[in-house]
Amino acid sequence: MTQSIVVQVGQCGNQVGCRFWDLALREHAHVNKRGLYDEALSSFFRNVDPRKSGGGACYVGGRIQHLKARAVLIDMEEGVVHGILQGPLREVFDSAQLLTDVSGSGNNWAVGNLTYGSAYRDSIVNKLRKAAEHCDCLQCFFLIHSMGGGTGSGLGTRVLSLLKEEFPDVCRIVTAMYPSAEDDVITSPYNSVLAMRELTEHADCVLPVENQSLVDIVNKISLMSHNAKPGCVLKKESTVTSGQGGVSPTERPFDAMNNIVANLLLNITSSSRFEGSLNMDLNEIAMNLVPFPRLHYLVPSLTPLYTLADVNIPTRRLDQMFSDAFSKEHQLIRADPKHSLYLACALMVRGNVQVSDLRRNIERLRPSLPFVSWNQEGWKTGLCSVPPVGHTHSLLALANNTCVKPTFMELRDRFTKLYKKKAHLHHYLHIDGMEQSAFSEALSSLSALIEEYHHLDATKARLIPDAPRLSIAR
Amino acid sequence: MSVVTVQLGQCGNQVGQELFDVICSDARDVHRKTYSTVSCERFFRETTQGDLEARAVLIDMEPKVINHSMSKAAKSGRWRYGETSHFSQKQGSGNNWANGYCVHGPRHRDAVEELMRREVEHCDMLAGFIPIMSVAGGTGSGVGTFVTQCLRDAYPSSFVLNHLTWPYGTGEVIVQNYNSVLTLAHLYQLSDAILVHENDIVHKICSQLLKIKQISFSDINRVIAHQLGGVLQPTLTPASCGAYSRHPIGELMSALACHPEYKLLSVCTIPQMASSSIPFSTFSWPALLKHLRQMLISNSKMEGGIDWQVCPPPASAGRSRSLSAGSFNTSLANLLILRGKDVYSAETGGFEDSAIYTSWLPPDEALSLWKSPVPFNKYEKSATLVSNSQALLRPLDDMVRKAWNMFASRAYIHQYVKYGISEEDFLDSFTSLEQVISSYSELQ
Repeated sequence: MTQSIVVQVGQCGNQVGCRFWDLALREHAHVNKRGLYDEALSSFFRNVDPRKSGGGACYVGGRIQHLKARAVLIDMEEGVVHGILQGPLREVFDSAQLLTDVSGSGNNWAVGNLTYGSAYRDSIVNKLRKAAEHCDCLQCFFLIHSMGGGTGSGLGTRVLSLLKEEFPDVCRIVTAMYPSAEDDVITSPYNSVLAMRELTEHADCVLPVENQSLVDIVNKISLMSHNAKPGCVLKKESTVTSGQGGVSPTERPFDAMNNIVANLLLNITSSSRFEGSLNMDLNEIAMNLVPFPRLHYLVPSLTPLYTLADVNIPTRRLDQMFSDAFSKEHQLIRADPKHSLYLACALMVRGNVQVSDLRRNIERLRPSLPFVSWNQEGWKTGLCSVPPVGHTHSLLALANNTCVKPTFMELRDRFTKLYKKKAHLHHYLHIDGMEQSAFSEALSSLSALIEEYHHLDATKARLIPDAPRLSIAR
Repeated sequence: MSVVTVQLGQCGNQVGQELFDVICSDARDVHRKTYSTVSCERFFRETTQGDLEARAVLIDMEPKVINHSMSKAAKSGRWRYGETSHFSQKQGSGNNWANGYCVHGPRHRDAVEELMRREVEHCDMLAGFIPIMSVAGGTGSGVGTFVTQCLRDAYPSSFVLNHLTWPYGTGEVIVQNYNSVLTLAHLYQLSDAILVHENDIVHKICSQLLKIKQISFSDINRVIAHQLGGVLQPTLTPASCGAYSRHPIGELMSALACHPEYKLLSVCTIPQMASSSIPFSTFSWPALLKHLRQMLISNSKMEGGIDWQVCPPPASAGRSRSLSAGSFNTSLANLLILRGKDVYSAETGGFEDSAIYTSWLPPDEALSLWKSPVPFNKYEKSATLVSNSQALLRPLDDMVRKAWNMFASRAYIHQYVKYGISEEDFLDSFTSLEQVISSYSELQ
């Protein structure tokens, strides 16, 4: 069994990360009835017995002593991380895993990436190494940060390039929170585009998430629970919407949104932690969904978002779950994948679903989904037998789809609006190491990416004939 | 004579476990002592406590499936896997053939060869190896190809019969066509014969014949195990002179693998029905054989929806067969295995018709007939046909076409190149398979 390390950077990254650990503990508590430290737990947690000497690491198979998360928490201001350490999750983190400073990055990518990036480089690398040494087979780094701020986007992407340098063989999956158009941080377009360049160069996969989509989904759920039809009760404690039953007893404002992202991470790793009839490991995600190195932006969608209390779920509900995964309301960025071109799509199913249900739904949905000509049957499927807490089954769809293009184009437009006027540029340029060329390079990297998606889109309507086959001399 | 099975990857380990289950219950179920003894000797060894241990080596790059298969076997109470007969690592091959073949294979070569050697030493006489794997993933396909190569090098005079499971046409793995093309091209040089099951066909058998509503991979694997068991369980062959044959794999090869260009074998079994229907059905050899013959020539791998219009073209007409023209399936050689009651009275003349074969071999050499008076797996009478024919031509061609289209845009190639294979290697594999397609198309 392999291990993964979560690196959470900045305010948003740490808040989402905190929810993730909460839910992970809850999920494992639900499944692991005997209190044994098993392989599934060891993928995200270490087991430490403080009475033993030499750090107290315990091996798989023994009883659970103290679980420590395989995580590194980084923030350039203390508020969020200290909040975590005062809260109920304080036992799960070791002070050696934390890196904080006091003054924050002032929503400035250059401060995060260059100033703090250089100052803390060695410290960060040490902490990462320490965490990696505790793993006997490290498979993946999960990096969580936002794109619009200073620490998350600047220092976060610096950490990403450090990960590539120090651990080139380990997969890097980034969950990036993109700002919405109405974001209150004025410089968020600059920060986002500067960070995008790093993501395109150094990440293996990026799961973009937009705040606005999360808000829409959360609103939709609370609407459903208020309008629930009589006779069908909405289960309030499903992991997706609520952390109830988890370690933290009360919910704070962004919690519901962060829960959704935390669930995304749980579901992606479910098949490598639990058994199933068709396993899907993390390295298979990058392998199957990234046809060209730079096109690694995968649009996630999670269903179902709420459960109805009737346990006997007929096939129609199951099929509805599959249909929902492709509807634009369930995507975690504002995009409509059905009207753009699919390069590849992965379906990760959890719970009591069999291969025939999977095949039936793929055949049903396939005609309405436009796939690129050289990947007409581009489906990657995984079946994991353990469902998430509170559900009998769930589906996570990851699509490599050209519907990210409008999102990126909008980002580029917002960037250009500011850049043309050179607004706020001086804040960045007076940082040591920051040059104007960084801006133009970042812009051209984004434009090149958009071009690549555009080329693929152009093939959508055309009927591409089969490539002529090799002919063999008879 | 003993057979050593090598289970590779998730599919190989899951199918292998079902296969041993079928064989064990078939061998233990019957009242024919000789049949039981031969079957157990072939696939199991007896420990000092009298338990049956499978003659198998289990290989996977991640531990979950092997653990599951081993515990499932032990739970059956009738047989189990050897405690030390498995090899696994922590991290899988990521659906990447190059990762399996160029990285994991060589890295673990010594450990795997050691396991193999130990298993072979337990055999008084080695009949051959059967590596079981899928072609869509990374371990089964990549590591499987590498292990087949090791077997070839270490045991040059033993038979190697690869059993492959081809994935559903509409993707289980996006790069499955690349992995399949690379595997088949290499195995064609290494293997003596390649026995193929297609998930799509087996799925149809489960839904239309066995009437299973919610089909799971266990159902699929059980059908594959049943068909494989039908091929591998003891039989009386023309060469075995009144006793159960001691060279099952060797005789299969001499029956079917007559030419190095033609190694693809398909299997079909008749009857196949829900186990609850079996007690209410009656079987007759003439009906079974008539259906089976039509299944062969119309290229329908299951009994149901058979196209009765297809018939062999008249000998006088100029026979130019191409992929698109006609649906008649020409055979190079066939192996017909009959099991059950009244097997000696079965009339197999329909399979000796020269019209269904190519002109190179006379029909009495092209057809081999094996019989066993013991009913197999609850069917009073059953027939299995292993065929070296054009049956796999269309699926193979589809697979190569899709892989070639993807290759034309160079999609995913960077993932393979980073582990050590080049675009040249891809082109070589494509060329080998186009050659195979061409050879099979020309069969007339």
